[in-house]
Amino acid sequence: MTLSWQRLTFFAAALGMLAAAVLPLSSEPTLDLFARPGLLAATMLAAALYAGAALVAPRLSIAVTLAGVVLSCCVTLALLRDPSIAGYATWGLWLPVLATWIAAWLGVARLAAVKPHDKAVSRIIDLAIPLLFGAFVFYLWEVAVRGFGVPSVLFPAPSAIAVRFFGSPWMLWQDFFQTFILGVLIGYVIGCSAGFFVAVVAHRYTFLGRGLLPIGNFVSALPIVGVAPIMVMWFGFDWPSKAAVVVVITFFPMLVNTLAGLNAAGHIERDLMRSYGAGHRQTLAKLYLPAAMPFIFNALKINSTLAFIGAIVAEFFGTPTLGIGFRISIEAGRMALDVVWAEIALAALAGMAFYGIVALAERATTFWHPSYRT
Amino acid sequence: MTSSTFSAARPAQIRWHPTVVRYAPVVVIVLALIAIWYVAAVLMNRNIVRDAFERDEIHYTTGDLIVGTLSAERPLLPAPHQVIQTFAEDVFGWPITSPRSLVYHSWVTLSATFVGFLLGATFGIILAVLIVHARTLQKSLLPWIICSQMVPILAVAPIVIVVLGAIGLRGLLPKAIISAYLCFFPVTIGAVKGLSSPDPIQRDIMRTWSATPAQIFWKLRWPSAVPFLFTSLKVSITISLIGAIVAELPTGAQAGIGARLLAGSYYGQTVQIWAALVAASVLAVGLIGIVSLAERWVAQLMGARA
Repeated sequence: MTLSWQRLTFFAAALGMLAAAVLPLSSEPTLDLFARPGLLAATMLAAALYAGAALVAPRLSIAVTLAGVVLSCCVTLALLRDPSIAGYATWGLWLPVLATWIAAWLGVARLAAVKPHDKAVSRIIDLAIPLLFGAFVFYLWEVAVRGFGVPSVLFPAPSAIAVRFFGSPWMLWQDFFQTFILGVLIGYVIGCSAGFFVAVVAHRYTFLGRGLLPIGNFVSALPIVGVAPIMVMWFGFDWPSKAAVVVVITFFPMLVNTLAGLNAAGHIERDLMRSYGAGHRQTLAKLYLPAAMPFIFNALKINSTLAFIGAIVAEFFGTPTLGIGFRISIEAGRMALDVVWAEIALAALAGMAFYGIVALAERATTFWHPSYRT
Repeated sequence: MTSSTFSAARPAQIRWHPTVVRYAPVVVIVLALIAIWYVAAVLMNRNIVRDAFERDEIHYTTGDLIVGTLSAERPLLPAPHQVIQTFAEDVFGWPITSPRSLVYHSWVTLSATFVGFLLGATFGIILAVLIVHARTLQKSLLPWIICSQMVPILAVAPIVIVVLGAIGLRGLLPKAIISAYLCFFPVTIGAVKGLSSPDPIQRDIMRTWSATPAQIFWKLRWPSAVPFLFTSLKVSITISLIGAIVAELPTGAQAGIGARLLAGSYYGQTVQIWAALVAASVLAVGLIGIVSLAERWVAQLMGARA
């Protein structure tokens, strides 16, 4: 009997599911599971799937477990739709939730242990594991909020946030346009290109480079977001002040990284360019810039997150009643936390998409770099 | 870049002392930046001062105008000496317990920074240890940790305050938690890198000596992670300071460098904002210095030669 503790855990999960039928579901008077034949059947089936997962071959057990997890998620969520259970849940509900958690963990652990020979399959698995994990975290959040009856002014359920998110697209779009397109993107482009050009010039004139590198390193370590109130004073409440903060924040990481990257070309390569009789411009285009690419992309990635922070901080110092940061601080004051979370979801999605696009561009342009040659 | 670029251009060049070669460019550029700052201060404050003169119907010369721009009470851009003067007054001019003293505000921010840094670093290291030892966690959790940094946490700050306030946490701790959220990430990434840096050969030899997992961790993984850890701790302590400052903005804090920035922006006290920025920079440099000292000390304890 190999993996015996895993088998035992699967049986425990099956027993946990059955607790829904035996233990009371709620501290309030409510129908028990035998009065809900559809849910009873689903619970039994999920328990049977968990027990089955303990007995079949490990690979097959992954699919069986995941089917059971989906089924028991549906059962618990359906039970929580009943107002006499939501907020009054007892062990009859929590044990199945716990069982689902354990089973989901075992399923994902077995999935992570699979080592397929096919590259495409392994890439799909690598993508599926975090997605399953994330989906399950959202499930736990939903169940916890509804089961314990957490007031929505404190912590809204994911479903309430999703309703708000898809319910008011116009407001979200306006905020997104104001903060992201106007503030972040414009500032990011100006700041990064300014840092890049100053670095190229500083690399050409050694004296300038030697002076700027320590200063740039020093300034990069300072809390530059503090310039936000000054920028708001100079450029007004609208998007130019946000873009200006983003410019200041993104400039120095870009300068320092590009300068380091331009100096990364080796002596032998430089000598080779000289022996070809290449001028500075040619050497720059064919040697220095390609060698600096990984460093530049590193700065672009760092800046993609910094830029967002800068724009949102600047909104705390004054806005034209628009923007993600403004909306969040206003709605948090009015205790409308579902709006706040919808804005956070928007910001998170935009941030991830931004980072993802930069990372994809990096893959497309620096595919030759050792870190991608696997 | 070597000095060969210079000597190629001018063969009969004087050999400068290495200290001069190293620091001269920095000094020259710093001086140039200060000069630019003064010129910018004159240009930007010109209109304010001219309006003030004309309002009072005082006859003025260009000299008066320039002197006025460098000592205006509410300038658009204060001159460097004004900032230094206000900074010195705010630091030394008041008893350190007075709410007008910059030392008091710095201490408020600094205490949140320390607590946040301790929380964040501990959490980051624990997370890294778990990730290194459990393949499932590495595959399922690590992508989400990276995603968590894409969430502009400052956006979440007001909610963290509201939620923590509802369960009775106020004052220092909410700020520290925001700062911890911001600073745990570099620690986790650095520690994961460091803990998995020993070669497979080294791990194999530990196994041939029949070392337990705990022994492998304490005698191999942990010591080899220390250099990586300090590099990321230096990054994360400045982030933690930024987190503490920024957390004061949406929380309506009464004290702290962030509160000082906010008050300065409400009442148009430009010089006060700049002095607070100088204080924040001094703190950042000091914090990095402390971590660097700790790094050197630990390296000595571990037997590194100076």
